[in-house]
Amino acid sequence: MIPATLNVYVGLSALLFAVGLLGVLLRRNTLVIYMCLELMLVASTLAFVAFSRFNGSMDGNVFVFFILTVAAAEVAAGLAIIVALFRKRLTVQVDQLDGLKH
Amino acid sequence: MFPAIFTFLVLFTAVCAAGVIVCRNTVNAAMCLLLCLVGVAGLFVCLEAYLLAFLLLLVYAGAVVTLFLFIVMLIDVRGGAPRARNPLATVAGIIAAALVVGGLASFWVRGHLAAPAASATPALGASLKAYAYPLFTAYLLPVQVLGFLLLVAMIGVVVLSRKPDPGPKP
Repeated sequence: MIPATLNVYVGLSALLFAVGLLGVLLRRNTLVIYMCLELMLVASTLAFVAFSRFNGSMDGNVFVFFILTVAAAEVAAGLAIIVALFRKRLTVQVDQLDGLKH
Repeated sequence: MFPAIFTFLVLFTAVCAAGVIVCRNTVNAAMCLLLCLVGVAGLFVCLEAYLLAFLLLLVYAGAVVTLFLFIVMLIDVRGGAPRARNPLATVAGIIAAALVVGGLASFWVRGHLAAPAASATPALGASLKAYAYPLFTAYLLPVQVLGFLLLVAMIGVVVLSRKPDPGPKP
């Protein structure tokens, strides 16, 4: 059994963030990269809520509101950009989107 | 009962997060993300932040993942034959993975955050009034700015997703 301590929450948050970072670095599909970005945002919210709970403070919980709102706006704008990109280049693989390189 | 549920939630969340980057199929990755978010919402319930758990399910699982699935169905994600991996990118990925694993290992070995047990501190996040009061006093300006941000994002998305203008008529 895993004890429900602050260490476990923060460790899981770090693990989720690390998985998201690895996904951003290793995957080549823009949509999956975007999902991994969302995973990193959720990892940060988990750390916020855990610290807030164990310190008897409200600020972390309120900050999660702002993170959720910014994430929602970011997803809407980012996916619109991906769709516009797909219309123009007919691909979402990042290694084929190398127009600036040549 | 509670330790068993907590253990299950932690392992479930970690496994589903790994599934996001392991699954080859984009739809499966989105489903893994959805399950991972449900696990995180369960952990929020364990932390007695009920409103945030509900909002996470509503906004992330309800809206964001659904939007992802729509986009996956809208565009052809396969997009041609897979190309060979760039060796430099592989080396960079391996180095990054090693750094991440090393950092996590050092956290597990040496990082012990001094915190009282959860039963010793009051669960402030359990009541709704505790959210409303800071949002309308100390954080009033950020709330207004966020409203403006949502408006700007909405207009931006409408502009981005329009068909390109055919140009002025002669």
